[in-house]
Amino acid sequence: MRFERRHSVLPGFGLTLGFSLFYLGLVVLLPLAALALKAASFGWEALWQATTAPRALASYRLSFGASLAAALVNAVFGFVVAWVLVRYRFPGRRVVDALVDLPFALPTAVAGIALTSLYAETGWLGRPLAALGLRVAFTPLGVGLALTFIGLPFVVRTLQPVLEALDPEVEEAAASLGAGRAATVLRVLLPAVAPAWLTGTALAFARALGEYGSVVFISGNMPMRTEIAPLVIMTKLEQYDYAGATAIAVTLLAASFVLLGAINLLQAWSARRGAVE
Amino acid sequence: MTRENRIPVTVALTVFLALGGGALSAQELLNVSYDPTRELYQEVNAAFTAQWKARTGKAVTIQQSHGGSGKQARAVIDGLEADVVTLALAYDVDAIEKASLVAPGWQKRLPQNSCPYTSTLVFLVRKGNPKGIKDWGDLARPGVSVVTPNPKTSGAARWSYLAAWAWALRQPGGSEAKAKDFVGRLFKNVPVLDTGARGSTNTFVQRGIGDVLLAWENEAFLAVKELGTDKFEIVVPSLSILAEPPVAVVDKVVDKKGTRAVAQAYLEFLYSPEGQALAAKHYYRPRAKEALAKAPVAFAAVKLLTIDEVFGGWAAAHQAHFADGGTFDQIYSR
Repeated sequence: MRFERRHSVLPGFGLTLGFSLFYLGLVVLLPLAALALKAASFGWEALWQATTAPRALASYRLSFGASLAAALVNAVFGFVVAWVLVRYRFPGRRVVDALVDLPFALPTAVAGIALTSLYAETGWLGRPLAALGLRVAFTPLGVGLALTFIGLPFVVRTLQPVLEALDPEVEEAAASLGAGRAATVLRVLLPAVAPAWLTGTALAFARALGEYGSVVFISGNMPMRTEIAPLVIMTKLEQYDYAGATAIAVTLLAASFVLLGAINLLQAWSARRGAVE
Repeated sequence: MTRENRIPVTVALTVFLALGGGALSAQELLNVSYDPTRELYQEVNAAFTAQWKARTGKAVTIQQSHGGSGKQARAVIDGLEADVVTLALAYDVDAIEKASLVAPGWQKRLPQNSCPYTSTLVFLVRKGNPKGIKDWGDLARPGVSVVTPNPKTSGAARWSYLAAWAWALRQPGGSEAKAKDFVGRLFKNVPVLDTGARGSTNTFVQRGIGDVLLAWENEAFLAVKELGTDKFEIVVPSLSILAEPPVAVVDKVVDKKGTRAVAQAYLEFLYSPEGQALAAKHYYRPRAKEALAKAPVAFAAVKLLTIDEVFGGWAAAHQAHFADGGTFDQIYSR
């Protein structure tokens, strides 16, 4: 602490750090601690049983799998959207830019109902797709679709400022120094945007993992097949099974924590690498 | 905001808060109920408020809260200060009793097992009944698509699950094993499990999914009335279950708030001729014969079994069928 104080040019470090810790503690740690405490009040055996029940395992598979798939889809197409919005000027660009935020603002239940109406076998898109043998609503594919919808803004909005800060002249310089297209992208562009790209994808993934409102409408909620982990938690609560609900919540939390930690490490590594090059 | 108009705003706010505070001194009741009773209790509340004012000269405001029955019970257990609960099944009030909020033996404190009205589960099918659905057996036929909410989260779905089970038990040569097989085949025909009764109604009615909806009788009548007899028909099976949605005063809350007298009177009002007539108006089966005779629709005379006679009460039914590893879980883990 003393070390910091001697070197910091900015005053108020102690006060702001204290406030930040207090705020984080109140908003983030307190509810999580309550959850852990609640979990600890049930026996280990009950928790372990609830965590590893076949229905719970199936729901983790779906939740993590669909969230990851949705985040990857968003990583690719979110990048394209961000790129287009930053690099090109075209009529209606501002409208498109505003559209990106809609999944943030729309109540997720509305999104879920809209997607279900569209993709159910009686819907505008569901009917032709069903004729092609592709069922979307009430299948894991529908879950992925809803999660892709809500995750898109995270990738676009984290990439945009980084792309904007990236001067096109750098690419021109690379080209003039003899780098080909591929080399420019791989060695100049990618290292600069990779940290933000990873962050955006991680945010989209984390958001998808916790999503409930939009998914329960389109998933069909069939046990073992299309039941996401947050729904299993709700289901257990409604049966007054607090131990079971807590066990799954803690599992979900621990897994997310590990995954986000891993992504942060990856991001730090790629930032370092980008800086070195 | 400019400086000049800040003062009037402050004054207005103060007056508003003072008035708000004044209104709080009038007695306030919170009725925590389940999903499809919204319209019923809006009318009951208005009628009771007027009657209470005429009888005692005191004003009372009644707030209502609706949602899935289990969710609502959990909210009360977690601290929602309900003076009375009017839920879909006794199992949920039992859960509140276990949390020591309602005194044991609550179900004997009001007439008719504390259920002022009853209902049952019926089938809603599309106009002309294209799949020819007449009884429970038809629901398990291949090619019939059945819409029902998830029995784990919805009271209505638990009632219909048990009704299907009871029907299979009562067939010639019926047994627990055959009932389980039948219900398993029925659920193979269910394409989507919504979490609540209203969600399923929407899936069936708005989204056009499924050939038959397992619905509360009152919801089925409401759907037909709202959407027209040219779209849907009600099919009454040969046998169904007597659904008894119970009401109870939440002792701990009324003693704390001093609202016991009015809360008690509110529930008793449901048994009065006026209350019974309102129940019938909203397609619940009233207990009183006079109200039944004046009901806007004819309730089909169907053989209704009770949970107690077939399953030995809710606790046993829940344990056998809906608890983790119960028959419902077994259907899906096969």
